[in-house]
Amino acid sequence: MLRLVIRRLLQLIPTLLGLSVLLFLWLNRLPGGPASAILGERATEADVARINRALGLDQPVYVQYWRFLKRIAELDLGTSTQTGQPVWDEFTLRFPATVELSIAAMIIAVVVGVPLGYLAARKRGGWLDVASVSGSLVGICIPVFFLAMILRGIFSVELGIFPSYGRLSTGIDATSVTGLATLDGILTGEFDATWDAIMHLILPAITLASIPLAVIVRMTRASVLEVVGEDYIRTAVSKGLEQKVVRGRHILRNALLPVITAIGLLTGSLLSGAVLTESVFTFGGIGSFIRTAIDARDYPVLVGFIMFIAMIYVLINLLVDLAYSLIDPRVRVH
Amino acid sequence: MTAPIETTSASAEAQPEAVLAGAGRSQIEGRSLGQIAWTRFKRDKAAVAGGIVVVCLVLMAALAKPIQAVFDLDPNKFNQDLVDPALQAPKGPWGGMSWEHPLGVDPGFGRDLLARVIEGSWVSLLVAVGATLVSVLIGVILGVVAGYYGGWVDSVVSRLMDTFLAFPLLLFAISLSASVQDGFWGLTGLPLRIAVLIFVIGFFAWPYIGRIVRAQTMSLREREFVEASRSLGARGPFIIFRELMPNLVAPILVYATLLIPTNILFEAALSFLGVGIAPPQASWGGMLTDAADRYEADLQYMFVPGLAIFITVLAFNLLGDGLRDALDPRSK
Repeated sequence: MLRLVIRRLLQLIPTLLGLSVLLFLWLNRLPGGPASAILGERATEADVARINRALGLDQPVYVQYWRFLKRIAELDLGTSTQTGQPVWDEFTLRFPATVELSIAAMIIAVVVGVPLGYLAARKRGGWLDVASVSGSLVGICIPVFFLAMILRGIFSVELGIFPSYGRLSTGIDATSVTGLATLDGILTGEFDATWDAIMHLILPAITLASIPLAVIVRMTRASVLEVVGEDYIRTAVSKGLEQKVVRGRHILRNALLPVITAIGLLTGSLLSGAVLTESVFTFGGIGSFIRTAIDARDYPVLVGFIMFIAMIYVLINLLVDLAYSLIDPRVRVH
Repeated sequence: MTAPIETTSASAEAQPEAVLAGAGRSQIEGRSLGQIAWTRFKRDKAAVAGGIVVVCLVLMAALAKPIQAVFDLDPNKFNQDLVDPALQAPKGPWGGMSWEHPLGVDPGFGRDLLARVIEGSWVSLLVAVGATLVSVLIGVILGVVAGYYGGWVDSVVSRLMDTFLAFPLLLFAISLSASVQDGFWGLTGLPLRIAVLIFVIGFFAWPYIGRIVRAQTMSLREREFVEASRSLGARGPFIIFRELMPNLVAPILVYATLLIPTNILFEAALSFLGVGIAPPQASWGGMLTDAADRYEADLQYMFVPGLAIFITVLAFNLLGDGLRDALDPRSK
C-alpha cells in the first residue's frame, strides 16, 4: 500500500511540472504584465521598469521560473485586488462551503445513481430502464445553471419551500468549527443551524448532482449489463450460490469498478459545476467568489484559482487511485 | 463540461446483418458502406428527429441576418413601452408574449426575445463548431502520431490527455478568457471574444477526439492493409495520410458531432459567467445571466434561452448517437 502511494506521488511530478511551466508562461503573457496590473493603465515606462525590477522580472527566465516554483511551494498565490487579502487565505476561507456542496451532490449522485443504474440494467427495457436512460440524457443536455434557475424558480420563488440564496439565514448565529455548516451545528449542539444549513444545501446539491448522477446511472447500467454476461456469473449461479451473494459479491462489486473510475473523472466537472451552481444560489463558496473576481477582473484570484484547483485535483485523484486499489486487488499486484 | 465517457470503438465495417438485410430481395445488389449506414440511420427515429432539428438550427443560424431583416426583428431595439416601469417586468402574461413578439420581450429593456434567440444561435453555433474544428485538428494530429508511433510519444500524449480529461477545464477557461483584453491578435469587441472562445474551448476539448483517434489508429496499424503498404516500402507519412486517414473519417465525424453539444454548453457557461460573449450582443448564456439577475421581476424569461440551449444540445446528442450507431454498430 505504501509503495503504491509513493509510486502515485512520483507519477504526479511530471504532470505538476508540466502544468507549472504552462502556468508560468501564461502568467508572463498576461495583458500588460503584472506591472500594469499594479499601476493601472496610465503607468509611465519608468514606473513599469521600476516595478519590473522590484518584482525580479528583469532576471533571466529560468531564475523567474525557479522563484515562481518556490512561491507555489510556499502557498503564496499573491494578493486579491478586491479584498487586499492573500489569495490563499481567501480560498481556504471559502473552500469548506464548496466541499460541503460537492460532497452532498456526490452522495446524492451515488446513492440514487448506483441503485437506479443497477435496477435499470436488471429490468432492461422496462419502464424504469427507459425512464432512467432518458432522464440521464436530459441531465447531460441541460445546462447546470439553467437547472439551478428552474429549481430556484419552482421551489423557492413559487412554492417557498427552500431559501433561494446563501448558506444560512440571517439571524441564525452558528459557531464555525469545521466550516461545514451542517456538521458544525451537530458538533456544537445548535441543531436549528444544522436544519437551516440543510435547507439551504438541498437545491444547490440536487442541481450539482445532475451531471454526476446522469453519468453514474449510465455507467452502472452499462457495467452491470456487461458483467451479468460474464462466465463467472454463470459459474456462480450454477454452483448454487444464493442470489443475494451473486448479486452483491459477484455482480455489483465487479460492476462498480468502472463506476469508481468515472467518479474520479467526474471531480473535474463537479468543481466546474460547483462554480456555476454557487453563482446562481450565491452559496458563499469559492464559486461565488470567482464570480465576483471575474466581474472585478481580479487576476491574482483568477490565476491563483487555477493553481489551487490543480492541487485539489491532484489530491482527489490520488484518493480515487487508493480507493480503487482497496476494491480491486489486481491493481495492487502491478 | 460533461465528460462523454464512451467506450472506444472499432472502425466502420460492413456488418453481416446489414448484408443479410439486402439478401432477402430477389435481386442482390451491392451496397456501399455509406448506403448501409444510411439505412441503419433512417431506422433510428430519435436520431432522424435530432438531425432535422440540427438542420433547422444551422439554417436559422446561417440565415440569422436575412431572417431578422425580412421579419423586421431587431435584437437590440428597446421597447420601453412594453415594460412595466415600476416592476421592470414585461407587461402582459407570459413574459409579454404577443403576435409581434411571439416569445415575449426581456425585462428591463423590452427587447424582442425571438430576435435575440435567433441572434444568439449563430454566435453559439459558430463558437461551438469553430472550437470543434480546432479540437479535431489538434486531436487528430496528436492522436494519430501517438497511436501510430507508440513508445514514449504515446506515453507523453496519453498522459497529457488523461490530465486534460479530468481537469476542471471550465475553470481554466474562465481565467484564460477573462485575461484576454482588447487588442489581442489585433482584434477587438465581438470578433475577439468569438476568436478567444473558439481557441480556448477548442484547446481544452481536443482530448475527446484525440483519445478516439489514438485507439482507432492503434487498431488500424496492425491490420493487413497497413502491413501490405509498409512491405511495399511506404513510410510513416504516406501510411498515415493515404491508409489510415480515410479509415478515420467516420469516427472523427461521429465524435465531432458529439463534441459540438459539449462545446455549446461550454460557451453558454462562459457567457453566463461573464467571460464569454459580452453584452449587448445577444447570446444564450448571456440571456440566462439576465434572467438570473431579474428572476424576481420575470420568472418565465429564463425558459426562452434555457430551452434554446437544451433543445440544441439534445438534438446534436441524438444525431451524434445515431451516427455512431449507424457507422459503428459494435460500439453500442
